[in-house]
Amino acid sequence: MALTKVVMPKLSEAMETGKVLKWLKQEGDRVEGGDIIAEIETDKADIELEAFGSGVLRRILVEAGGSVAVGATIAVIAEPDEEIGAALAGAPEAPAGPPKAEPEPRKAPEPREAPAPAAEEAEEEEEEEREEAAPAPGRRPRASPLARKIAGKAGVDLTLVPGSGPGGRIIRRDVETYLETAGRPAVPAVPAEEYEDVPLTSIRAAIAKRMVQAKAPVPHFYLTTEIAMDRAVALREELAALPDAPRPTVTDLIIRAATLTLLRHPGVNASYRGEAIRRFRRVHIGIAVALEEGLITPVLRDCDRKGLLQIAREARDLIERARQRKLRAPELSGATFTVSNLGMFDIDEFSAIINPPEGAILAVGAIVEKPVVEEGRIGIGRRMRITLSCDHRAMDGAMGARFLKELKGLLEVPLALLV
Amino acid sequence: MATEKLDLVVIGSGPGGYVAAIRAAQLGLRVGVVEEDRPGGICLNWGCIPTKALLRNAEVLRLFHRAEEFGIRVDNVRADFGAAIKRSRQVADRLSKGIEFLFRKNKITLYPGRGSLEGPTAVRVQGRDGVQALEAKAVILATGSVPKSLPGVAIDGERVISSNEAVRDEAAPGSLIIIGAGAVGVEFADVYAAYGVKVTLLEALPRLLPVEDEEVSGLLTKGFAKRGIDIRTGAKVMAVKPNKRGMTVEVEAEGKGERLTADRVLMAVGRGAKVEGLGLDELGVAVEREYIKVGRRMETSVPGLYAIGDVAGPPLLAHKASAEGIVAAEAIAGQSPRGVDYSTVPNCTYCHPQVASLGLTEAQAREQGQKVSVGRFPFQANGKALAMGEPEGLVKIVAEAETGEILGVHILGAEATELIAEFGLGKTLEATVTELAHTIHAHPTMAEAVMEAALGALGRAIHL
Repeated sequence: MALTKVVMPKLSEAMETGKVLKWLKQEGDRVEGGDIIAEIETDKADIELEAFGSGVLRRILVEAGGSVAVGATIAVIAEPDEEIGAALAGAPEAPAGPPKAEPEPRKAPEPREAPAPAAEEAEEEEEEEREEAAPAPGRRPRASPLARKIAGKAGVDLTLVPGSGPGGRIIRRDVETYLETAGRPAVPAVPAEEYEDVPLTSIRAAIAKRMVQAKAPVPHFYLTTEIAMDRAVALREELAALPDAPRPTVTDLIIRAATLTLLRHPGVNASYRGEAIRRFRRVHIGIAVALEEGLITPVLRDCDRKGLLQIAREARDLIERARQRKLRAPELSGATFTVSNLGMFDIDEFSAIINPPEGAILAVGAIVEKPVVEEGRIGIGRRMRITLSCDHRAMDGAMGARFLKELKGLLEVPLALLV
Repeated sequence: MATEKLDLVVIGSGPGGYVAAIRAAQLGLRVGVVEEDRPGGICLNWGCIPTKALLRNAEVLRLFHRAEEFGIRVDNVRADFGAAIKRSRQVADRLSKGIEFLFRKNKITLYPGRGSLEGPTAVRVQGRDGVQALEAKAVILATGSVPKSLPGVAIDGERVISSNEAVRDEAAPGSLIIIGAGAVGVEFADVYAAYGVKVTLLEALPRLLPVEDEEVSGLLTKGFAKRGIDIRTGAKVMAVKPNKRGMTVEVEAEGKGERLTADRVLMAVGRGAKVEGLGLDELGVAVEREYIKVGRRMETSVPGLYAIGDVAGPPLLAHKASAEGIVAAEAIAGQSPRGVDYSTVPNCTYCHPQVASLGLTEAQAREQGQKVSVGRFPFQANGKALAMGEPEGLVKIVAEAETGEILGVHILGAEATELIAEFGLGKTLEATVTELAHTIHAHPTMAEAVMEAALGALGRAIHL
C-alpha cells in the first residue's frame, strides 16, 4: 500500500484554512480507507475527515487545535516499515496555528527576582518546546514579518486581511487599514458595560467575508410570486399519514419542485464563470440552515436522481447533522442552486443573497391563510410568497420569470412532484 | 524649424532624467532628452562620481602614510593633486560615454542645448547651432540643483569656489576654509586634508553632518579632529572678505568673534533647485520653497508636466532622483507605480570613516514618542574590521521595541555605504530586527556587525 498524505481538504470555495478539532485515531493506529480519522473545523462547519488510504497512521503533523492552510499535510498514513521522510520533508515547515507570540523582540522588561542567566535560559528552552509542540506546520498567508508582528499584537487573523504588496503579500499598511476599518481586535479595547464585543467565530468571520464577496460583485435582481399552496399542503398531510414514510416538509416539496423545474430551465441552474456560463446537468441543492453561530448551507446532492420521499429522508438527516456539526466534506460545497426558507419564522417574503458561484437562490416565505378571490367568490386560501434572486450576468429577467411560473404551476398542482 | 513630435521629453540627463528616459523607452515610448552639459548630469560629471574618485585617492594616500603600521616602509611618498583630479575626470568621462551608449541602445534622442517650456508639453531647445522645438505627450523636468552661497557672498570661482570648481581645479590650495559641514563639506575636507591642505571646517549647527545621528556625528568629529582638521561647529559666518593673499572669514561662536584666513573658501552650504529660465511662472507651475511641488506620481500642478530629483525637493540625492524617475516614467506610460517610499532612502557620506544612514535618528524616534530599543555594535569588536586595521565606528540600529520594526540605522565605518544596502532591503520587505538577527552573515565580514547590532536591539548580542 502506498504512502498517503492526509491533507487539509478544501471544503468550500471560500475556505483558506481549517482547524483540526480532534484526532479520532492516534499515531500507530491502523486505518482503512473510509475510516473517519479526525474532525475538522472549517469556516463553514465541522466535518469528519475520512482516510483516503489504508495503513498505519504514522505521524500526526498538526495536533488538535492547530490550524493550517488548505492543502497542507496534516498527517501521514503508511505501512509500518515504509520510509516517510520524504513526505514529511514535503510538509511546509512554518508553523501557523493559533498566532503564537514571537519570542522576540524583547517584551517590556518584567521585574524578575531570580538571577538572570539561568532562569532566562530555562524560560527560553520552555518557549522553544512550546513552539515545537505548537501545532500546524502549514502554509501561512504571505505577509511581511512586520505585518505579522503588528497583527499578532493586535489579535488580527491574517487570513482575513487582503494583501496589497507584491503578489498579494500582506504588508504593514494592510494590517493597519484592516484595524482601522473592517477588523476590530477580538478583545474589546476598553471594558465597556454599554456593549459587549462578541469575538467572531470562524463561521461568522467566513460569512462576513463571503457575503461581501457575494453581494458586491454579483449584480442581483429579484423576482417575487405568490403561490396557492392549498393542494401542496393537502398532499403533504396525506403523505404524512402514510406508514413508514418520512414526513416531507414544505422545504422538501420546494426542493423537489425546484429540481424538476431547474432540469427544464438549465439557464437558471447555471453559474457565471467569467469567460462562459456553466449550465449544470445535475441538480445539487443547497439548503440554508440557521445555527446559533450563523448560517450554513449543506448540500443535498443529486436531487435530480431522487424522488420526493428520498429527498425528505436525506434532507432531514443532512440538516440534523449540520446542527450537530457532523457534515462530511462533499456536503459542504458544490450546490448548483440554493433554497432558503424563513417561513417558520413567520416571514412573509424576503430576498436572499446569492451564494457564488451559484447563479440563483430561492427565498421562501411563510404559508399564510388569506382571503382569496376564486371564480368570483371570496374564500380562504393558503398562499406562499417566494422570491428568486438571480445573477444578472448569468441570466435575464424573463428566464427567471419563466422558471418561477413553472415552479408555481408545479406547486399549485403538486401531483407531478410524486412522479 | 520643424517641431519634433515625441511621447516624452526629459529636460536634464542626470541620475533622475536619464533613468526616467531609459525606463520610458523600455515601456515603448519615444523619448527625447535635453541636456546643456554632458550626459549624466552633476552627479556623474561634477558631483558624486568624481568626488568618489578623489576620496579613493585620499584613502590610498592615507594608507601610504599608515604603511608603517603594517610593517611596510615607504620612503618619499609624493602625491600629485593634479593627477588625482585628472584621474577623477577620466572616471567621469567614461561614465558619461556610458550614458550616451545607453541612450543609443534604447533609441533615445539626445538634444544638446538648454531646454525651456513653451507649454506644459512643449519644449524649446536652445542649442549651439540653433533652436529646436519639441512637442510631447508629457515632459519631465529633471534639471537638478546648483550650489548655494551665503547672502552677499559671490562664488567667483577663484578664491570663493563651490564643488563645481573644486572637482576641476588641479591646484590644491595651501589652506582652505570650508563653509558648511554637510556631506559635500565633509567629503572635501577629507580629500584636501589627506593632501596636506590646512582645512578649517565651519558649521552653523552644533555638529558635523547635522542630519545624521548625534552619536555618529560625534564619533566622526573626533576622528576628523585627530587628523588635524580644524572644526568649528555652532559657528556663524558674519562676513567673507578678500584679503591681500586670500580670504578672511569672520565667524562668531558662543558670542565670541574670530577672524580666520585661508587661501580659499569652499562654499558648501547646500544646493538649490535649478529652475531659472525653465518658464515655470508662465505656466503657473506650483512651487514651494524654491522646489517644484509634485504628487506621489511626480506630476506637477500642471497636468502632463512632471518633476523629479533635486528640482522636486529634498532629499537631494541621486538615488532618490532615479527612484522618482522610474515612478514618473511608469506613470506616464500608463502604469500605476507605487510612489517612492522616502523612509527607505539611504544617506551616504564617503569621508573616512564612511557614514551611512536610513530612517530616523534615535532622537527623532524618541521625539515621535516611539518605544525605542537601540542595538549598537562597534567595529572594534568585529574581526574583519580589526584585520583591515579599520576599527573605527559602529552599527547602530534604532528599532521599535515591541515589533522590532527598523526605524533607523546609522553606520560609521570603513564600508558603511555598502553595509546600508542590507537595511534598505530589510525595510522594503518589512523585515524586523529578528530577521536581521537570524540571517547568517559570512565570517569574517564587516556585515556581521549588522547582525550583532540587530541581536543587540533584541538584547542578546553575542560578541559584546
